Amino acid sequence: MTMESSIANPDMTDHGPHHDHKPSGFMARWVLTTNHKDIGSLYLLFSFAMFLTGGAMAMVIRAELFQPGLQLIEPNFFNQMTTVHGLIMVFGAVMPAFVGLANWMLPVMIGAPDMALPRMNNWSFWILPFAFTMMLMSLFMEGGGPNFGWTFYAPLSTKYSPDSTAVFVFAVHLMGISSIMGAINVIVTIVNLRAPGMTMMKLPLFVWTWLITAFLLIAVMPVLAGVVTMVLTDKYFGTSFFDAAGGGDPVMFQHIFWFFGHPEVYIMILPSFGIVSAIIPAFSRKPLFGYASMVYATASIAGLSFLVWAHHMFTTGMPVAAELFFMYCTMLISVPTGVKVFNWVATMWRGSLTFEVPMLFAIAFIVLFTIGGFSGLMLAITPVDFQYHDTYFVVAHFHYVLVSGAIFSIMAASYYWLPKWTGVMFDEGLGKLHFWCSLISVNVLFFPMHFLGLAGMPRRIPDYALQFANVNAIVSIGGFAFGLSQLIFLVVVIKCMRGKGEKAPDKPWEGAEGLEWEMPSPAPYHTHLTPPEIK
Amino acid sequence: MSQLKPVSFAFLITLLPWAASSAVAKSMPVNLTQGVTDISQQVYDLHMTIFYICCVIGIVVFAVMFWAIIHHRKDKGAKAAQFHENTKVEILWTAIPFVILIAMAIPATKTLIAMEDPSDADITIQVTGSQWKWHYKYFGQDVEFYSLLATRQDQINNERNKRDNYLLEVDYPLVLPVGKKVRFLVTSEDVIHSWWVPAFAVKKDANPGFINEAWTRINEPGVYRGQCAELCGKDHGFMPIVVIAKPEQEFNAWLSEQQQKIAAEKAAEQALLSMNMTMDEMMSLGEKVYLKSCAACHQANGEGLAGVFPPLKGSKVATEDVLKHIDVVVNGAPGTAMQAFAKQLKLKELSAVITYERNAWGNDTGDLVQPAQVKAVMDQKDL
Repeated sequence: MTMESSIANPDMTDHGPHHDHKPSGFMARWVLTTNHKDIGSLYLLFSFAMFLTGGAMAMVIRAELFQPGLQLIEPNFFNQMTTVHGLIMVFGAVMPAFVGLANWMLPVMIGAPDMALPRMNNWSFWILPFAFTMMLMSLFMEGGGPNFGWTFYAPLSTKYSPDSTAVFVFAVHLMGISSIMGAINVIVTIVNLRAPGMTMMKLPLFVWTWLITAFLLIAVMPVLAGVVTMVLTDKYFGTSFFDAAGGGDPVMFQHIFWFFGHPEVYIMILPSFGIVSAIIPAFSRKPLFGYASMVYATASIAGLSFLVWAHHMFTTGMPVAAELFFMYCTMLISVPTGVKVFNWVATMWRGSLTFEVPMLFAIAFIVLFTIGGFSGLMLAITPVDFQYHDTYFVVAHFHYVLVSGAIFSIMAASYYWLPKWTGVMFDEGLGKLHFWCSLISVNVLFFPMHFLGLAGMPRRIPDYALQFANVNAIVSIGGFAFGLSQLIFLVVVIKCMRGKGEKAPDKPWEGAEGLEWEMPSPAPYHTHLTPPEIK
Repeated sequence: MSQLKPVSFAFLITLLPWAASSAVAKSMPVNLTQGVTDISQQVYDLHMTIFYICCVIGIVVFAVMFWAIIHHRKDKGAKAAQFHENTKVEILWTAIPFVILIAMAIPATKTLIAMEDPSDADITIQVTGSQWKWHYKYFGQDVEFYSLLATRQDQINNERNKRDNYLLEVDYPLVLPVGKKVRFLVTSEDVIHSWWVPAFAVKKDANPGFINEAWTRINEPGVYRGQCAELCGKDHGFMPIVVIAKPEQEFNAWLSEQQQKIAAEKAAEQALLSMNMTMDEMMSLGEKVYLKSCAACHQANGEGLAGVFPPLKGSKVATEDVLKHIDVVVNGAPGTAMQAFAKQLKLKELSAVITYERNAWGNDTGDLVQPAQVKAVMDQKDL
């Protein structure tokens, strides 16, 4: 894939060679911006702020669980912490980080000058700070914030929820609107703004995985909006969607929620597959083993994600036939997921490997995500799921795929593209320190949780039996270490943003491929003003 | 890798105190329990099979990967091969996992079908969850009772040493016969709870307004402990399950003893109706009942939790109309978390706790509520 460079050609603008058309002033530059790179940066910075906020809540949880007994917080506040930690990490940290990466990289990767709908892009970002401010403020309302788990099962979230539930519902609506607009933008951009010659099967995998993710988002975010609205009307307007006394069914809530919730899980991991599929070949200096099979595997994972929602609900009392159907479909997902892992390993095989920080995070992703996949396969076996369900085994499972999976891939992507974004190389020593601290602490944090779950510790409890004390203490130490390790990343990013570091070349990674490496670092404010030619 | 050393050193330092204390603390199993039923054994076997399969796949995949990481490095002079795409390999690594999955699905299906067949039960128990206790009813035996956490609040607040079965002990355990097929009908009065005893491999959600079925056949007499597994509000972590499995004869003896006890209590309640209790008696009994049944929500100081559970101290209900107060306690408040306590508490306890609420925390109404008054309100509702 090569191109005729038209990037930052001074003749393309009216403002001469030293002016890149950046608006001046905070308001014009950041609040009113329609530039995909600025909006991408806003998304990324916002998601990191949310990551630290949600992380602080996790620290509160782990501090309370450090020893048996209630030491620091009341059970009701504990429930608010687990709930808001989950909501913030899912909707505030992981999803906006991926949207930020998409904003920055998609137009650059496909040879487009910007996202297709720049004003909507601005709006979809600026909704988020308001949504999360509102949700965080509900913690200070009388009766406290949401305390019914991020899954807000009815009737705990309807008849028995605090007065602030309306605020929670409105905040979730706003997050949903933002996500849907982001997804529309991604699809329109990829479908319409590809440079001539950039056929679908030439798209970088990050673009492909995001395209599929965007379709999942459009399919399921309205379902989430529907289910929170039903919670709202059940609580405040006397409907009985989830109340048997009025002809409703509390289990119907779970069916609707997980019909959103399971595709949502893949929304948070498919872009990771794209990132890792860019980084592994780059540092192996070898093309991705099976490009086409990666595309098909991603698409089939997305398709299957609509057929497995009830595996979150095996204990709710379903007919055996339904349990068998959802067990088989869930087991089936491990086939395309396995194809992906085998592809990455085959790409590394007989490559010429180097281990810069992005590669370290990508390799850790493959290993730890696979461990999360194994526990996922174990959870799929319905009879055994009856034992694992709602225990720390589940907590271990989804943190392996979300933290050492999704978050590690976001870290990998950040290190991979930081030189392109900021124009300077990051501090390699600090980056490696960040990696090793994260790698060790994330395993001290989450691996022992498997044992806690198998030994019978339920999730979402503020206090526990004495036999669980030692392992919880280890887990908490791992948690604090992991939390502190992320501050190293903050230092790395701040140093790059302030331009401290070696000047980055156009293409800092020897084996990297793609249009983004054929433009200067930092990437000019406007790129691809005339479409590149793809041969 | 040089950055690693100070980190791991710091870790060892932090882990040392734990290592020292672990020698004395209670040890935790690190694997799933094999349990005490045929089903729980099958579940354990499935768990181990799928675990070993995952281990083998993991070892193979990671071995290939780490071989590449060690041997195919640029600094060892490795030149990158440029091969990609190989239909044969790709078909193989799609087909082999598929076959493994089928092999796994067969025993899983068999066990699942056995687990979901509660027919031909010898005894049926209705299990009802409510915030935050379990209620057990032996069908056709006239025996039913509530089962509450027995761990005292001062242990939870770290003011006293914690006992061995901290948070896993109840006042009235469920008693079951060994060797009989026991069917559970699981439901809830308020939010969703989940009844879980790991030793039986039984975990079933208690859904309000619906009834779920589960069953077990216990092989070994003993005491088995579990917990509520579905987030059910503030005290979700404080509603354990304790089951005592007894040989059939002992179980039958226990059952008839319970029937006699319950009949005697009913007779005592009748006698109570014509008796008047003193204020001191009522206040001391009332405080005990309040701390056990009311304080979880309304708090020991009667102030409730702002925005979640209303205060009783100085409240209209507890200081104005007595009949209204009795009605709320006895029949609950529809549409809120306030439960109906008519069945949960004895007549004497009800009148005592209402008296206590009307005179504690400076409410000082001076009202003395007698069992007969409570009974009158209960009878009125029945009409």
